[in-house]
Amino acid sequence: MNMKRRLFLKGTLASTTIALAAGAGLITPQQLLAAWPESAFGAKSVDDAYSAIGGGARTPSDAVMIKAPQIAENGAVVPITVSSTLKGVTRIAILVEKNATPLVALYQLPTGTHPYVSTRIKMGKTSNVIAMIEAEGALYTAEKEVKVTIGGCGG
Amino acid sequence: MAGSIKIRAKIESDGACEVKALIKHTMETGMRKDKDGEKIPAKFIQEILCKHGDKVVLETNWGGAVSKNPYISFRFDGASKGDKIELSWTDNTGESDAAEAIIK
Repeated sequence: MNMKRRLFLKGTLASTTIALAAGAGLITPQQLLAAWPESAFGAKSVDDAYSAIGGGARTPSDAVMIKAPQIAENGAVVPITVSSTLKGVTRIAILVEKNATPLVALYQLPTGTHPYVSTRIKMGKTSNVIAMIEAEGALYTAEKEVKVTIGGCGG
Repeated sequence: MAGSIKIRAKIESDGACEVKALIKHTMETGMRKDKDGEKIPAKFIQEILCKHGDKVVLETNWGGAVSKNPYISFRFDGASKGDKIELSWTDNTGESDAAEAIIK
């Protein structure tokens, strides 16, 4: 009798664990979707975007590097690479100062992922491209001007 | 949107794994107007999740200002040749896709 009770308990425990694991697996995409920071991406100015992504004091730093063309003929496709020599980088944000909504992309880097991201962005007109990096809780920035010949946000 | 992702991952000479992906997506900001002056509804990728096995190696939030047919590349440590890498995206309309690749 007692043995059976043990077995029964074991059984329920195991199935609960499975259910929890499955639940966790199912929840993940949903949580992610909910996590999209609408206020940050909808912010109309760089300062608003900073405060929406939890900006504190920011230090301009040479350890944050932006690779971008000096002149972009087509503002619809501007290749940008952000990298850093800083240690413990957990977040990288890319902003375009003069876009209608400056925040372009936000990357969360788990341990083991290098502080290096490369992507292509749209720019409405000539503007500074800003990279913000969070390393060990502190915020560092760098900016680089990209001249745009044909804007990438028009019709 | 099946088949929207092209992904490649390769171990570089310094031992890090470099992932490169191209996604077929309109990335419409919602601010553009068509020739009749009607607003084109926003449709852009909001999240990208990249996993090496079960470990998340990159979590990304994008706005509409990422270019059409977006490209992304990044590097991470701890992968070996033959490992599996998975990338998935979800856009603001809830559409999504995922793809896998074997690290070379």
